[in-house]
Amino acid sequence: MPVPILKQGEILIASVQAAMTDRDLLQLKDELADKIGRFRSRGVIIDVTALDVMDSFATRTLRGIAATARLRGAQAVVVGVQPDVAIAIVQLGLTLQGVATALDLEEGLELLRRSTMKVDHCDG
Amino acid sequence: MDELRVAVSRDADIVTARQLGRELAAQVGFAGSDLTLIATAISEVARNIISYADNGEILLGLAHKDGLQGVSVIAQDDGPGIPDIDRAMQDGFSTGRSLGLGLPGARRLMDEFEIESELGKGTTVTMRKWCR
Repeated sequence: MPVPILKQGEILIASVQAAMTDRDLLQLKDELADKIGRFRSRGVIIDVTALDVMDSFATRTLRGIAATARLRGAQAVVVGVQPDVAIAIVQLGLTLQGVATALDLEEGLELLRRSTMKVDHCDG
Repeated sequence: MDELRVAVSRDADIVTARQLGRELAAQVGFAGSDLTLIATAISEVARNIISYADNGEILLGLAHKDGLQGVSVIAQDDGPGIPDIDRAMQDGFSTGRSLGLGLPGARRLMDEFEIESELGKGTTVTMRKWCR
């Protein structure tokens, strides 16, 4: 099941579904890299609220998505990591190091809004 | 639902296996983060099958020991086998398309973890977790 990507102003929002396969995740990486350029997006939010398992592959791919977005000039924020999922990731021995995270969609938008404003200020 | 067999040959099967494993664990009485730990461990061993052996199966069942109830997860394949199990169980060791955290990670998520492998014959991983 492909991940729906919404465009809201300068931000892309991808809402990951529970039954996401490896292929869906890799496809999301490709689509985001493409859409960031097409829509000239400054930020990307990956909402994993519905995701009940984040194993080593999912964690590594999310890091890859964040790094790819950064290279395309957009900041990525992962939002909605569930408490049990956070515990499992740590016990697996993994981290989302280098990836911005926020509690939920609202906090993620706020984080992007603040960092985008900072960029505007520097430019101006 | 006592024993379940999930054939694993493509990435969607990983999702099926971990979802069924979570359901079985909930029936045994596991709750909260334990359900996620079990589902994540199943995800890791199922992916290991696809990465290294192309296809295999996951057997999900109930386990009993000393009055404890638990779940058992057996992942078996008839792939190439693991030449050096000790190395495969080290964090960061990988010969395939992974970080090499799959098997050692799965071991940390479960209570018991055994691995048997024979070159040219295949690999069997047996994991159990007890409901406390």
